[in-house]
Amino acid sequence: MAKILKRERLVPNIHLIEIEDPQIAKKCKPGQFVIVMADNFGERIPLTIADWDTEKGSVTSVFLVVGTSTHKLSLLEAGDEVPVFVGPLGRPSEIEKFGKILCAGGCFGIAAIYPIARAMKEAGNTVITVLDVKANFLLYWEDKLRSVSDEFYVSSRDGYYDCKDFIPKTLESVVKKEGKIDRVISIGCTYLMYTCSEATKPLGVKTLVSLNPIMVDGTGMCGACRVTVDGRTKFACVDGPDFDGHLVDWEELFIRRKSYFEDEIESLCYWEKKNFP
Amino acid sequence: MAEKKEMPPELKEKLRARFNEDWRKELRKSFPVKERMKLPRQKMPERDPEERNKDFSEVNLGLTEKWAREEAKRCLDCANPQCVMGCPVGIDIPTFVKLLEIGDYEQSVRKLKETNVLPAICGRVCPQETQCEVVCNLMKATGVPVAIGNLERFIADYERNTGDVHIPKLPPSTGHKVAVLGAGPAGLTVAGDLALKGHDVTIFEALHVAGGVLVYGIPEFRLPKKILSAEVDYLQNLGVELKTNFVVGLTATIDDLKKEGYEAFFIGTGAGLPNFMRIPGENLVGVYSANEYLTRVNLMRAYDFPVYDTPVYLAKRAAVLGGGNVAMDSVRIAKRLGAEFSACVYRRSRAEMPARVEEVHHAEEEGIEFHFLTTPIRFIGDDKGHLKAMECLRMELGEPDDSGRRRPVPIEGSEFIMEVDLAVVAIGNSSNPLIGQTTPGLKVGKWGNVEVDWETMATNMKGVYAGGDIIRGGATVILAMGDARIAATEMDKYLRSKKAKKRKHKT
Ligand SMILES: Cc1cc2nc3c(=O)[nH]c(=O)nc-3n(C[C@H](O)[C@H](O)[C@H](O)COP(=O)(O)OP(=O)(O)OC[C@H]3O[C@@H](n4cnc5c(N)ncnc54)[C@H](O)[C@@H]3O)c2cc1C
Ligand code: SF4
Repeated sequence: MAKILKRERLVPNIHLIEIEDPQIAKKCKPGQFVIVMADNFGERIPLTIADWDTEKGSVTSVFLVVGTSTHKLSLLEAGDEVPVFVGPLGRPSEIEKFGKILCAGGCFGIAAIYPIARAMKEAGNTVITVLDVKANFLLYWEDKLRSVSDEFYVSSRDGYYDCKDFIPKTLESVVKKEGKIDRVISIGCTYLMYTCSEATKPLGVKTLVSLNPIMVDGTGMCGACRVTVDGRTKFACVDGPDFDGHLVDWEELFIRRKSYFEDEIESLCYWEKKNFP
Repeated sequence: MAEKKEMPPELKEKLRARFNEDWRKELRKSFPVKERMKLPRQKMPERDPEERNKDFSEVNLGLTEKWAREEAKRCLDCANPQCVMGCPVGIDIPTFVKLLEIGDYEQSVRKLKETNVLPAICGRVCPQETQCEVVCNLMKATGVPVAIGNLERFIADYERNTGDVHIPKLPPSTGHKVAVLGAGPAGLTVAGDLALKGHDVTIFEALHVAGGVLVYGIPEFRLPKKILSAEVDYLQNLGVELKTNFVVGLTATIDDLKKEGYEAFFIGTGAGLPNFMRIPGENLVGVYSANEYLTRVNLMRAYDFPVYDTPVYLAKRAAVLGGGNVAMDSVRIAKRLGAEFSACVYRRSRAEMPARVEEVHHAEEEGIEFHFLTTPIRFIGDDKGHLKAMECLRMELGEPDDSGRRRPVPIEGSEFIMEVDLAVVAIGNSSNPLIGQTTPGLKVGKWGNVEVDWETMATNMKGVYAGGDIIRGGATVILAMGDARIAATEMDKYLRSKKAKKRKHKT
């Protein structure tokens, strides 16, 4: 059992959860994830680690509320406990002095990219952060990300910030403005990572994406998370989650992510009926 | 198959002494061998196939007390008991069986547990037909061996059901801290043995439940979870600490644990890495590794979806690839989850199937189809990326390979299409690589298996031992347990010698 220290709604539909686990907090590296199960009937789901505090002994993740598991998590409060909290899993992101790094995040990826941007900055890189939101009130962690970025852009469909464009187009204009970029890192929904990768391909900039296929155990035991990268099958949980976005078989990933689409709806309906009759 | 081995002299002596005890002599006299040989083997009562292939309750119901004692009478109490040699851990089979015959269940179960700490489990899942029962002298004489496995199960269940499980008195604590990595049968056995020796044992388990394959792999209808949890409770009663949700190598490495004061380690992390066929279409939706399929259903209880949140694909036509226990479990689950057609597709023939004979037999009764000498070469998807068929090839058997089994060779031009919407790949697992990758200096073999000295189960690192599937690749519960018992003895010696050294240092 792991104790929840904080659960907070950051913006509509996106929540933060801080869980106590000194052992995991001690080991976290940027780019890794945890597996959480909300209750004893729950599903084991992966969440990217968004921050950690070694002194307090806690780990923070940010998630978008989609199906039953994330609905359940979004209703937990400080003091509650979850039966599964395990990590840190996956290979850490590659952190080195590359030169100029562009971090592109959207949705829960805004939080997930934060530790990477921070570590890249600490490693001596120039960090350019580009965030994508549908509307201005959906932006969160702006201060945190600004504090680790040399340049900071937000693209919001309502035009509230720097531009209105969806992220691939924003990337093009940012690259034009900032000059040569050594590496792009993109985290968010699969579609965002896919379009980012498509946008940077013609520019010839190496682009890493943090894939989030369906997982069960998260330690390489089940292979639910297999993805094809450069024509070869990889397990996202142990070979990733970071992969070269230009080599990922995106079509397969989109299909595999939807494997249980109808079940997810059934599960959510069942849970809602049971809890909110 | 059990090899013909010489019995170690100490074991021979021990067996001989018990054989010569007065009560045994009398029992033998009271009912002559000739009469015993006439008794029929007691059949294990089973649930009706058409009823059981729709649910997850246990298939075998267990012998009643009366039947178990009748069966025990069949044992000839041989002067030279071959069964003991057939058992990988050398259980004193005649003694526990004869105690059962006279109705001394308490002593019988103690005798059994001297060598096998998980008898309720082994009685259910050991391949007795290739171990103890195949060499049973009654087998040679009549062709029908003593039902050793069923008796083992009976006596262990009897003890558990009385609710009066004997907890041995623990010796004073030695103060030595031992870390056991993995809570499969190997890890559980080491933990129990070392706790009984007075050491301070912690098990670190990656999943949220202890048991390893016994909990995520072997289904409820073959091994009810309550049996496993009784064993885990027992260990906790012995003072063993269980830390679940702890992946050694990631949550903490062996080196980190050393710094926390752990002095000896047992690596029992199993063969958790699923092998795939490496044929086109393997990542289509509807193609599962057996590990994923079984984990969803057994550990995460997808059979009770949506009460439990984890889903699993419910197939109309299922094919399970492979011929071992894993394949049998998967194919029988697919049937239970409602598949009209559920088939085992195996590239060799029935004779080469590594599965327990009883499981194959049960599967057939339950309406499982068998397609021998067949192998898929390609998975075919529909326009939504979901599996709809498999292209297969027929095989014939050629020359024997390294394993002594005849090698399957494809028959040219024999391609055909099998329509399936679920395929479960059950062609074996490789050793879990994580510990090797995160423990600098640990010697690991070509297949990711941790290398040990087979006499002592010691790895090349001081104080670090290993056993079970992590050193063997996918093997059996009893072999994992056998390794564990050797390792525990050696670890105990190691810890005690350390203490002695420490003391010497001081004076
Ligand atoms: C479906 C199926 C059916 C089977 N049927 C039979 C049968 O009928 N009879 C039989 O004799 N054998 C059977 N087997 C084989 C048998 O179960 C195994 O040989 C046996 O379980 C091996 O035991 P083990 O303790 O070595 O490993 P496992 O049972 O695999 O246990 C390893 C444990 O270690 C944990 N672990 C792994 N990595 C780490 C880590 N880094 N940190 C912490 N924990 C970790 C795992 O989560 C797991 O719980 C079957 C296997 C399967 C899959
Ligand atoms: S442990 Fe297995 S092999 Fe040994 S006696 Fe029991 S059933 Fe037979």
